[in-house]
Amino acid sequence: MADLRINFAGIQSPNPFWLASAPPSNTGAQVHRAFEAGWGGAVWKTIGPPVLNVSNRYGAWHSGSNRMLAINNVELISDRPLAINLREIRDVKRAWPDRAVIASAMVESTPAAWQTIVRQIEDTGADGIELNYGCPHGMSERGMGSAVGQVPEYCEQITSWAKAAAKIPVIVKLTPNITNIVLPAQAALRGGADALSLINTVNSIISLDLDTLELIPSIGGKGGHGGYAGPAVKPIALNMLAALGTDPSVSGSGKPISGMGGISTWQDAAEFLLLGATSLQVCTAAMHYGFRIVEDLCDGLKNWMDSKGFATLADVRGKSLHRVSDFQNLDLSYRAVARIDPALCIKCNLCYVACNDTAHQCIDLVDKTGARVQPCTWDPAGNGREEAVSTRPQPRVRDEDCVGCRLCYNVCPVEGCIRMVEEPSGRESVTWQTLVNTEPAITNDWEAMKRYREAHGIDIH
Amino acid sequence: MLKTLTEQFPPLSRHEALVEANRCLYCYDAPCTHACPTHIDIPRFIKKIPTANLLGSAQTILASNLLGATCARVCPVQELCEGACVLGAEHKPIAIGRLQRYAMDHVYNNGIDVFQPGPPTGKRVAVIGAGPAGLSCAGELARLGHDVTVFEKRELPGGLSTYGIIVLREPVDVALAEAAMIARLGVKIESGVEVPRDLSAEDLRARFDAVFLSVGLGATPALGIPGEEFILDGLDYISQSKMNRPELKPHPAVLIIGAGNTAIDCATIAKRLGSGRVTMLYRRTENEMTAYPHEYAFVKNEGVDFEFLTLPVRVLTDNGAVAGLECVRTRLIPHPEPIPGSNFVLPAQQIIKAIGQQKPSVGAALGLATERGFIQVDANLRTSQPAIFAGGDCIRARGAASTVMAVQDGKIAARAIDKSLAEKVAA
Repeated sequence: MADLRINFAGIQSPNPFWLASAPPSNTGAQVHRAFEAGWGGAVWKTIGPPVLNVSNRYGAWHSGSNRMLAINNVELISDRPLAINLREIRDVKRAWPDRAVIASAMVESTPAAWQTIVRQIEDTGADGIELNYGCPHGMSERGMGSAVGQVPEYCEQITSWAKAAAKIPVIVKLTPNITNIVLPAQAALRGGADALSLINTVNSIISLDLDTLELIPSIGGKGGHGGYAGPAVKPIALNMLAALGTDPSVSGSGKPISGMGGISTWQDAAEFLLLGATSLQVCTAAMHYGFRIVEDLCDGLKNWMDSKGFATLADVRGKSLHRVSDFQNLDLSYRAVARIDPALCIKCNLCYVACNDTAHQCIDLVDKTGARVQPCTWDPAGNGREEAVSTRPQPRVRDEDCVGCRLCYNVCPVEGCIRMVEEPSGRESVTWQTLVNTEPAITNDWEAMKRYREAHGIDIH
Repeated sequence: MLKTLTEQFPPLSRHEALVEANRCLYCYDAPCTHACPTHIDIPRFIKKIPTANLLGSAQTILASNLLGATCARVCPVQELCEGACVLGAEHKPIAIGRLQRYAMDHVYNNGIDVFQPGPPTGKRVAVIGAGPAGLSCAGELARLGHDVTVFEKRELPGGLSTYGIIVLREPVDVALAEAAMIARLGVKIESGVEVPRDLSAEDLRARFDAVFLSVGLGATPALGIPGEEFILDGLDYISQSKMNRPELKPHPAVLIIGAGNTAIDCATIAKRLGSGRVTMLYRRTENEMTAYPHEYAFVKNEGVDFEFLTLPVRVLTDNGAVAGLECVRTRLIPHPEPIPGSNFVLPAQQIIKAIGQQKPSVGAALGLATERGFIQVDANLRTSQPAIFAGGDCIRARGAASTVMAVQDGKIAARAIDKSLAEKVAA
């Protein structure tokens, strides 16, 4: 059975799943319950200066009947008195010595303020401190949160203040609301950070009410940008995680990364691990379904590791990072074409319309004899289930014209019906980077490109 | 109120409609649209439901089928749109009928008229019969600006939708609201007028530029057995149930002669009125039944019994009241032949026959060519007389008669009439 234990910058945890610093870790009672459910750790909801919250603080993005593919919020850091939070952190850690208890903090940007909070946290017996440089709403207007995270110099400076006081590991949490995530990460490491975590929430406005013309959610008739999180942000998080994992200075530092941003299933978790995360933080999925989700996160991850022969998480960590590539290093001769399994196809013909209208016009509709037919050409005098079903044409890919764009694969509603199949292109592997060196003319001259294509049998129809 | 006198399905709630509409894949060139005789763009109307564009949804439906509210309730969707749904093979097909009703309820419950009368053309068209074919044709012609008068021999418009579809499927109000919508398009509906009794062929020719016949079918044919006068007509029985007539009563044992969809409706009413044993008699077997499979399954579930290979011989009475039906067994060779000496008696206090309807008589009365007793028409539903068109059950020499087919006939005929009137002007 695979071993899920981790050592994160010296912080021990029985599994990699931590509650992220957010509403689920707001109180001692909640964290107790989460630990009872099996969570390996919790990053306490950020503590800091006094705040007041508003109602209607969570918005959400739903798609069709799928609820809460993302949540956005304008909830501030903990609105409970600092002393109560510190006492509860202490109590939880005493009750759960084997779990990772990390306090997230955000205070005024002065050395004294940071050093005070660091000492207060250490007095609780917490295993680590997470510096919240991420929250994009509210606190940033007071010079905290993403106001810090967006300026690498501030990241470095504040990290160094915290580190000067801290004996326990300091984790710096990064905001995604920045052009290049590597810069604040490097700055935090220069400031002495023991670890990084990412991503915090993304700036967002969820939607508008078309009756009242107010923003949703409406806070007394007004609204504004809030932090966006949940399944919909996962691809953004994975990209930023990979950006750190492939940056020599960040990855070379050897500092662990706590990955988060839309982790809902063990599969999401495994993807974060493969791109270099050591611990994993979860918020939205727990806010949607409760703490019980940790059971399958652990169970599914273990079963997958067993099936793959991974004994420990160290075996998994970063295993796919070497596959992260710039476009210029991709193989331009790799060829895949779409294959539609006629036995599985339900003839919704969404692949046909997607390809025909918006991609590369390489799917035909064919009748039972295999003859090509045009859509919408049935006899309007006909009707009935029998006729509609028996004459329904079926999509078929013209291999020779398929550019392998994968749009049909993505729109197909039937699991396994369309596959992308590798086909020999008959050309030697070559990257754009190579061509820049060997055929520089083709990069800025269409005539040269034409000659190159003709010479290599590349037909663009 | 009795179960038989209320609609079987409640309207979908907003939530139910959203969940169901969101399941629709939005197929391209969708098979449901192909299967629908009026070819409603079904994915299009369904996709407008979750975005709360219910007016657009209703518009999409009504553009292809003016009687969308009736069809949403009475269509044999299993044989049509829902039967062709690509999700049907492995999952449940989309509940297209109920979603259509959801969109239709929106406009009818909120008093929204989706269409307006067209600019007047000065052309006059008579429509004979205010059933689905007639109302569809009248409405389409009114949208094109023609001056349309519908003559209906019964008191209320709607034809079988009003009188012949059991309340379980369609309450009277729905059919009447649809007729009222057609009337608001400028169509005049004159009831109590029968052709040719009250309006001769000459009158029609003199007063109108074109005529559309949608007279439906005639009475239930005679069985030709002793005591037949004690047998109720199935369509009358359904009509009584729709009008909530006091003579409608349960009985310990009720026999239904016939095994088509109307017979099934009669059996359903009898059962839901609280009758004891309700038995359907059919001279052939279940393999030859003309009822839709889902209707047969439905009525079996209602607890109705069947006597197949059974032919009525005579009605038994006691003091002027029905006491039973003497029957004889049949065998198929391949037509049903009575087996001599196999007579037996089924006790009953009420006997109802639903064995189809007689051919329309109006065609012959107006001197039109007929085909197997039905009015003969070409692909544009034109009869042997150029200014007279026909549609609905009265032309249904082949195939299953249904409301939605009648609506489509009305639409096709309206287009043909409009074209012929334009040609007349040009000439």
